Amino acid sequence: MSDVAAQTPRDTRSAGRFLYVAGVVFLVAWVLVPLYFLLINTLSSPDAVNSFPKSFIPEFDMGSLQFFAGFEGMLGALWNSAVVAAITMVISITISAPAGYALSRFHFPGKYLFRLLILLTRAFPLPLLALPLAVMFIRTGLDDTVFGLALVHTTLAIPFAVLITYSLFSGIPMELEEAAWTLGCTRVTAFTKVILPLILPGIAASAIFAFVISWNEVFAAAVLTIENRTLTAFLLQNLDTSPLHLKFAGGFILVVPALIFIFAVRKYLFAMWGIANR
Amino acid sequence: MNARYLPYVMILPVTLFLCVFFIYPFVLVAQQAFSVDGSWSLANFQEVVGYWKFPISMKNTLLLALAVVPVQVILALTMATMVTKMKTGRDIVLYIWTIPLGISDLAAGIIWLAIFEQSGFLNSMMHGLGMVDRPINFLTYQNPGIVFLAIALAEIWRATAIMLVILVAGMGLIPKEYYEAAEVFGASPWKRFLRITLPMLRPSLQTALILRVILAFEIFAVVQALGGTLFPVLMGSVYEYQFDLLNSGAAAAIALIILVISIGFTLLILRALRVPKGATI
Repeated sequence: MSDVAAQTPRDTRSAGRFLYVAGVVFLVAWVLVPLYFLLINTLSSPDAVNSFPKSFIPEFDMGSLQFFAGFEGMLGALWNSAVVAAITMVISITISAPAGYALSRFHFPGKYLFRLLILLTRAFPLPLLALPLAVMFIRTGLDDTVFGLALVHTTLAIPFAVLITYSLFSGIPMELEEAAWTLGCTRVTAFTKVILPLILPGIAASAIFAFVISWNEVFAAAVLTIENRTLTAFLLQNLDTSPLHLKFAGGFILVVPALIFIFAVRKYLFAMWGIANR
Repeated sequence: MNARYLPYVMILPVTLFLCVFFIYPFVLVAQQAFSVDGSWSLANFQEVVGYWKFPISMKNTLLLALAVVPVQVILALTMATMVTKMKTGRDIVLYIWTIPLGISDLAAGIIWLAIFEQSGFLNSMMHGLGMVDRPINFLTYQNPGIVFLAIALAEIWRATAIMLVILVAGMGLIPKEYYEAAEVFGASPWKRFLRITLPMLRPSLQTALILRVILAFEIFAVVQALGGTLFPVLMGSVYEYQFDLLNSGAAAAIALIILVISIGFTLLILRALRVPKGATI
């Protein structure tokens, strides 16, 4: 692709090269610098967080994090967030993976309608559905429970989980499965012995994606929980009253798992979206 | 099991789940919005639309979407193009650029609060450069422009990544032969981008835009963290009606309004960027 550039004069080429590298560096800094600022604030004592002017180097003081951990209800909220996200992950993958498989392997009447339903779900401001569900949950005793919230988060995660597993299964040739059948496997054993080992890392990646969707969700969590707040809901509720160091430590705790998870699934992000687009 | 029924058995759990937790609540929310004390009425809509805050939150939400989404499209296209040319360090750069994908809107709001608050890093920087003596309180009602800017920057920072991922995946699907042919005929890089990349990228652009625009109308936590009540948005009013005013009928009415706007824009984008039949890769 860069062969054409060779025809242009040398100085314009190196100027373009410089501009390109500078652009990449700038955009990398654009993402990282705000995160670094949050890190400084988290690793500084509460006094330093509220002082001015700020140091641009963290003082590695655990004061803010200790304050965060000691704040009434915070650790419970953290635990709730993790539980809701874990339940969301399990339910959404368990029910979405078969649908993804069906979409990739079968042509059946109603397939188009089903895809439409999934796409429609994605094209909807889903957290809004938390409003009527709040009423429904009170009737069924699911109000203010982590399980009820996990059900709503599962709705959010389903369109992604179905489309991603669909794209993962589509990436495995049908012939592989057929070969297993001719060698004496049944549909089930062919799946568990041939397809499953191949697909497992991808499934894990999409499960992590579902976890992150739930972990980060704010609106439905704030609407549906009162006593059993998740971390996002808890932070949101206390935004007006909580001191700065609590907000920053809370923000940091929200960000850390996300950083790790995106790192874990980075190889799959693009493959997952490749076919999920269509 | 009969193979004819197998696909239906496999899609049944998801379908049932979506019926109970997606379609049914949607019917409920519509019912709630269109009724007062059990009888059919438009009073909820009249109430929310007549409230003085409504035009402001509507304007704010739309303006924010209008300011943020085009910047994100351009930024994501630029980043995606940069990445496809990259030879060394592609993986690490892509990882860093996709980090915000995993960051919640609330955390993004808090991160940009660290920059814009009174004792924050922007003030510290300006102080260090001798531009100000005392820290300025940026996020107040006297500075509506800066509040808007802070929210817009936080949104651009956070949500460009999802577009980037979709566009990079889409660019990977464009056959190299097209570029080679264009090079043979002497097309400049810019021309190749305009005549090959953009048209071939249309399905991905469509997906990315729809996702982003819908999420832009749902903006809530970023605003709460940065502007609080300074910058009312539609989703904030839903929350207010539901919690502070305990008026779930009105909350449902605004929810429906957001829904209608979202669907309207989705259809608009689908139409504007429609892919001609048989023209997919």
